[in-house]
Amino acid sequence: MRPLTPKRVALICAGLGALLFVAAVVSLRIGAYPISVVDIVKTLGSGILGRWESIPSEHRSIIFDVRLPRILLGILVGASLSTAGTGFQALLRNPLADPYVLGVSSGAALGAIIALIAAPHAAGAVQIAAFVGAAATTAAVYFLGRRGGQVDSATLLLAGIVAVSFLSAIIMFLMTTMSGRDMRGMAFWLMGDLASTLPTNPLPWFEALFFVFIVAGGAIYATSSDLNLILTGEQEARHLGVNVNRVRLVVYVAASFLTGLAVSVSGTIGYVGILVPHVMRMLFGTDYRLLIPTSAIGGAILVVVADTLARSVLSPTELPVGALTALAGAPVFIYLMRRRVR
Amino acid sequence: MSSAAGSASPMVTSERTPGVRLKVEQASYAYAATDRSAPKFALGPTSFEAQQKELVAILGPNASGKSTLLKLLAGIERPLSGRIEVDNTEVSSLDLRTRAQRIALVQQESELLFPLRVWEYVLQGRYPYGKRLRFESEEDCLLAANALAQVGADALRDRWMDQLSGGEKQRVILARALAQQPSLLLLDEPTQHLDIGGKVELLRRLRRLADESRYTVLVVTHELNLAAEFSDRIVLLHKGKCLRVGTPAEVYDRALLEEVFEAPLDVEMRAGGRPRVILGANFGT
Repeated sequence: MRPLTPKRVALICAGLGALLFVAAVVSLRIGAYPISVVDIVKTLGSGILGRWESIPSEHRSIIFDVRLPRILLGILVGASLSTAGTGFQALLRNPLADPYVLGVSSGAALGAIIALIAAPHAAGAVQIAAFVGAAATTAAVYFLGRRGGQVDSATLLLAGIVAVSFLSAIIMFLMTTMSGRDMRGMAFWLMGDLASTLPTNPLPWFEALFFVFIVAGGAIYATSSDLNLILTGEQEARHLGVNVNRVRLVVYVAASFLTGLAVSVSGTIGYVGILVPHVMRMLFGTDYRLLIPTSAIGGAILVVVADTLARSVLSPTELPVGALTALAGAPVFIYLMRRRVR
Repeated sequence: MSSAAGSASPMVTSERTPGVRLKVEQASYAYAATDRSAPKFALGPTSFEAQQKELVAILGPNASGKSTLLKLLAGIERPLSGRIEVDNTEVSSLDLRTRAQRIALVQQESELLFPLRVWEYVLQGRYPYGKRLRFESEEDCLLAANALAQVGADALRDRWMDQLSGGEKQRVILARALAQQPSLLLLDEPTQHLDIGGKVELLRRLRRLADESRYTVLVVTHELNLAAEFSDRIVLLHKGKCLRVGTPAEVYDRALLEEVFEAPLDVEMRAGGRPRVILGANFGT
């Protein structure tokens, strides 16, 4: 008997954190203007210590104004989508659940687009509208996916497919009302893109977004031991003293928030929420007290690496990062689905 | 807690230890009645008591109200009228975690979504005692190990749940319930998927848990003869009514059983005062 300890969680997370740091440094190095690893570490160190005058100005602008914000955004989006995925998988008792597959990302995208058209300059309107879209889609898919009072795995996935195509149709309709240039930008954003949304002074923006991530992710993490039992069976969890309805509400709201947050800043990047938790389960087991933090860091690593590839493979042409995650995620999804059917 | 078989034999323990564990007073339940229709009673007023160290069998044909009674006892549903008390506290007034510390329910397990080791499964029984993220303490591990020993499943500790046989799985589910350290142990048709050897072994084990570890055990079952052999008290239900409560000898009346189970039956009284039910002579006519 070797139960999970907080120390083990901390050690594994520290290891993954180091991996994320390496991924970030490599990503900072790659680009049209070459900077050595030593210079990157020096620049980062000086920046953290506030000694801006000792940094060469071209390094400062490339690292702090161009490459680092994009990496931070990748970390935020990856961690949010991956945490939302683990939450949805427990909420719906389905290992195939993921914000993208269930149509929740499309709902968030629709909300965001409506906000962009209706109130293009209102602060936070896009995020809030994306959350509302995500929450409404989760509720709709959840109720459509029930059969005989129980969530049915196959019906749920069908409900997700229907939601994606229905919401995409509305998005297409809205996009045809836009001008040609806006439409191209919007199409790129829809495929998942970390470049187009960054404001000129991203620091306070990041602070707000990371705050939302910590609150929503923390809420899901606080229920992790309850989720372990719910995954064994809802009835049994109730008998063991879990307030199942309260846990579901918390996870439902928080996971919708995280999806809305990610989609509002990066469009619909798919399969992160299914790919990462699956790999983490294979590596570290199914205990949610370990799975949620490892998936969050793993999601951050995946999106940072995918975005680095997206902007360097066909350089100077950039690919949408969502196209790359879908290329990796779709085969994993099919593998998981076939294994369950067998 | 010892798991030695010792002198445990399915003898009637007529001397009752003081202290009523479970008290059911005129408890009834009806499914949601609308304004237009009269309430449809799933269980009419039912009363009985169970003491420490007692094994009570709840018998009855399908749709007799057995599951409803079990739901009321487990606190899943609140009785429409009457009271159900465990250790002098009304079950429906207990918060979820306190309830889980007093009452453990063993049901047919649901399908596991992700693979789980036996020890991880049994440790779940410690959930009602945990704090915050509920990282398990050494005490929790010790209690889980004890629970596994009590059901004779030490050797299964590191196996995967989905690789166990029916009987092994049933023992592990029972171990998780014991890890809850309940005073009341409820089992919903635990013998359903077991062969005859497994059924006898399980009931012997439950008898021993009641005798040696002072649990009060309630079993919903279809097994008339096993219930007669191992239980102190029988609660007989029929079409949502509680027909009779008493020792097996008191309840096993030929005419009554024939009426309830709608089959030709004979009741033999064996040495030791335990009745036995066999198919009647006019079987097949």
